[in-house]
Amino acid sequence: MSFDNNLRPGQGSSDSFDDLPVTSDPEVLPGAQSTIGGGGAQGRGEGVGELKEVEGLSQSQLVWRRFIRHKGAIFGIVMLALIAALSLSAMGVFGMPGWWKYQNYASSHDIVNGAAPTMTLPKWLGGPGFAIGDHPFGQDNIGRDNFALVMKGAQTSLLVMVVLGLITLILGTTVGAFAGYYRGKVDTVLMRTTDLVITLPVLVLGAVLGKLLATLPVKLDASQEVKEAIVANTPLLLAVVLGFILWPGLARLVRSEFLTLREREFVDSARVAGATDWRIITKHVLPNAVGVIIVNTTLVMSQAVVLEAALSFLGFGVVDPNVSLGKLISDYQGAFATRPWLFWWPGLFIILIALSVNFIGDGLRDAFDPRTKRIPSKREMDKALARITATPATESEGAR
Amino acid sequence: MTPKSVETSLEGAVRLSRRIGDGEIKRGDTILEVRDLGVKFWVNGDWFDAADHVDYDLKAGEVLAIVGESGSGKTQSSMSLIGLLPSNGRATGSAKLKGVELIGLSGSQLREVRGNEIAVIFQEPMTALNPVYTVGFQIVETLRTHFVMAPSQAKARALELMRLVEIPDPEGSFDKYPHQLSGGQRQRIMIAQSLACDPKLLIADEPTTALDVTVQAEILKLMRELRERVDAAIILITHDMGVVADMADRIVVMKDGRVVEHGTADQIFNSPQHPYTQSLLAAVPHLGSQTDESHITVRESLVSDGEHPLPMIAGNPDVTPALLMENVCIDYPKQGRRPVFRAAHNVNLRVDPGEVVGLVGESGSGKTTIGRAAVALLPVADGTLHIAGRDITHAKNADLYPFRRDVGIVFQDPGSSLNPRLPVGESIGEPLYLHEKLRGPDLSKRVEALLDSVELPRAMRNRYPHELSGGQRQRIGIARSLALEPKLLIADEPTSALDVSVQARVLKLFADLQERYGFACLFISHDLAVVEMLSSRIAVMKDGRLVEFGPTAEIVNSPQHAYTQRLLAAVPVPDPAEQKKRREVRDAILEAENIVS
Repeated sequence: MSFDNNLRPGQGSSDSFDDLPVTSDPEVLPGAQSTIGGGGAQGRGEGVGELKEVEGLSQSQLVWRRFIRHKGAIFGIVMLALIAALSLSAMGVFGMPGWWKYQNYASSHDIVNGAAPTMTLPKWLGGPGFAIGDHPFGQDNIGRDNFALVMKGAQTSLLVMVVLGLITLILGTTVGAFAGYYRGKVDTVLMRTTDLVITLPVLVLGAVLGKLLATLPVKLDASQEVKEAIVANTPLLLAVVLGFILWPGLARLVRSEFLTLREREFVDSARVAGATDWRIITKHVLPNAVGVIIVNTTLVMSQAVVLEAALSFLGFGVVDPNVSLGKLISDYQGAFATRPWLFWWPGLFIILIALSVNFIGDGLRDAFDPRTKRIPSKREMDKALARITATPATESEGAR
Repeated sequence: MTPKSVETSLEGAVRLSRRIGDGEIKRGDTILEVRDLGVKFWVNGDWFDAADHVDYDLKAGEVLAIVGESGSGKTQSSMSLIGLLPSNGRATGSAKLKGVELIGLSGSQLREVRGNEIAVIFQEPMTALNPVYTVGFQIVETLRTHFVMAPSQAKARALELMRLVEIPDPEGSFDKYPHQLSGGQRQRIMIAQSLACDPKLLIADEPTTALDVTVQAEILKLMRELRERVDAAIILITHDMGVVADMADRIVVMKDGRVVEHGTADQIFNSPQHPYTQSLLAAVPHLGSQTDESHITVRESLVSDGEHPLPMIAGNPDVTPALLMENVCIDYPKQGRRPVFRAAHNVNLRVDPGEVVGLVGESGSGKTTIGRAAVALLPVADGTLHIAGRDITHAKNADLYPFRRDVGIVFQDPGSSLNPRLPVGESIGEPLYLHEKLRGPDLSKRVEALLDSVELPRAMRNRYPHELSGGQRQRIGIARSLALEPKLLIADEPTSALDVSVQARVLKLFADLQERYGFACLFISHDLAVVEMLSSRIAVMKDGRLVEFGPTAEIVNSPQHAYTQRLLAAVPVPDPAEQKKRREVRDAILEAENIVS
């Protein structure tokens, strides 16, 4: 038999079954209701919703569709993009200057407006009309521009978040994948190491390593350039160190995911087909575990923002002359009563970043979990039902 | 036991939930009137009909079978009676239980109906029973929800129910957890629980589908006896025409959410009117239809004597067998405190090139183990295993690479044997990619040829498994296993997850392909009728041992071993008259052995 590649799928196989009437065949039912694969997903009753919902979509399209349905996640993505765009463009990145007039966040300026924020609310919110002014987020006691500080701090926080996320992703996935796939001795060795890392208290270790970064170069008598490079890159080094502590959570989840997936029959059938372990891990198991990996990495990233802030607040994380949101709060904790804006703005950005990433992670988790279904509100369903019963002529096929 | 004795211990108890209708029901009273019942589901912003215009009446003491393929709306239309639809489902129309409208009842009104007036027996007793409570507690819980009852009184009633469903040692079983009981016993507990409040209507949703055929026979026997003892009406939802023939008084045939035919069992089986019913009946494999006893001249079957393992069957010494197992034992390694489990004992099995050998047995008999060992997914603990002349008994993973060309395997569940993240074209092409190093257009061409051979449109290669129906997925599975034109194919229950009409077509395709490619095949199945259609010889397995091995005609028509006889007698046949005869034989065997699963 010959099939034309352009053949409409619904007609594919009707000529090949001669032993049964075509009408009885859910697979070859002429495409009245089915738009794909000979009506493959055409069914009713249990699970019908899922089948109709997945018609003609690839796995990634399904995930994307469920993701954009999640309002919180969309808010998170937009918010995060805005924060990143604002902070990177305002203060510049990779040596490129930004558009903000005070590129040197450490320099002092004349006190304007009694150091209070010069940004004013627009008229419709009861203000005198929207204006940025000279120092929109206010100034501190020696006249430094708070906007520049907060933007630079947000950059640092984002950098820490991304680097830490990447390290966790690579380490956690690798360790978890090998432990879960090979089991036995490999598993024991890797997971006991993981257990060991889990026992390390993150705050204490972060603090110790943060201090070491400051003291070690002096002890080792490093050259001035090295010392300066280390100081300039403290946030990066901090992120690396934290990444090396925070991967066990992901590793354990990936391992358990691999343990279940390796028992699935498609892994057996790949093995029977002659696939090597490496191919099975990378081509068959890992893509199926990607949901767990992405979701947990984003959650670790939001955790990282808060952790960096906490460490810096305690004075162990980011050190001068770098700024981070946590360090700003720490530096200005004494000014809470007199200049609260020095406190609010970095705090607001910490909350926004952590919340956005958390929402994105939440949306991703729902999107990757095939069991999540959107149940519409009762009102919405009633309205549609009324519409169908109002036009009984189209009722039977009215669903489309 | 008489119907009265079932009621006795309920007499003193005060019923919390109101009963529907007035007073007692008698046999022959119409209990349930279903009129224009429809079920709709909300999908992607619109309503979609899962069932439509369903009408039927049900009398007390009657068994109504609702038959249809998966997705025909048979389960959803019945579940809508007790408001068990998912939250995006809606029931319309009317269903009256003794004159009381069921559709549109509120939560508390529904709770009075559930368990009290309408009870459900679910398909899978392991998941329908709560694993953290004892089975006795779960029966008592149902009772005390609907009655004011002392715990001791409820326990007495529960024990009585357990006796009614013939649980061995009811007092001992009362405190057991579901996992400590066998599948058949769990299903008996489910039945006892459903009968606890003496309901008017019993909905049995595929009550025997998850059970082995011999256990199914026992549960069917029990249900037949129960319908004499209790006055409840029974709705039996099933796709197995054999079970229908065994139980039903009347039959409703559903297709795509509509009732296509409605009649007595006799009418439906003997003179079906609707073409769909006719095709459905034609698609059911019929045990004993392919072979008959008449031309058996010399007995060739080997029968186990219970002590020694079955010896190797004699074969042509000039032919290299495609599969040769000599005294093969297979172990599952020690896991934690669980000791080593020997799943196969001294198995001697020979499959010649071009031959299809059926391997039948109940779940846990070790037949899948044999199949997996034959493709080197499980190591052989003892004995020797040759595939197409190659000794793979102790082969290392690296040595197995060339061997992989010679074997293919089709798995039972087409849903889980395809990687959900790969388009099916890539899944089919994987063996070619790995062994023949085919890339690009060459690979495409071969994949398309394979899709043609399993009668699927070529455009389907870009689809993902979740977009395909069960039958299409199984075709993909077959196409992949045949990609390298193996000498030996292991088919591990390839059709047991499919609907009957789909199964019929997949089996036909399989037989055609076998003829065309001429591979040897070990066809593993629990369904004797399916095996009979395809194979030239049948091996029967029990508890890890082969008990009988011989030509199909002999095994099916005059089995020698007691276990084979029991297995054959247990298979229900889709013909009420014949099934009546078979039932008597079956019940006699069950009585004689006095087995309670």
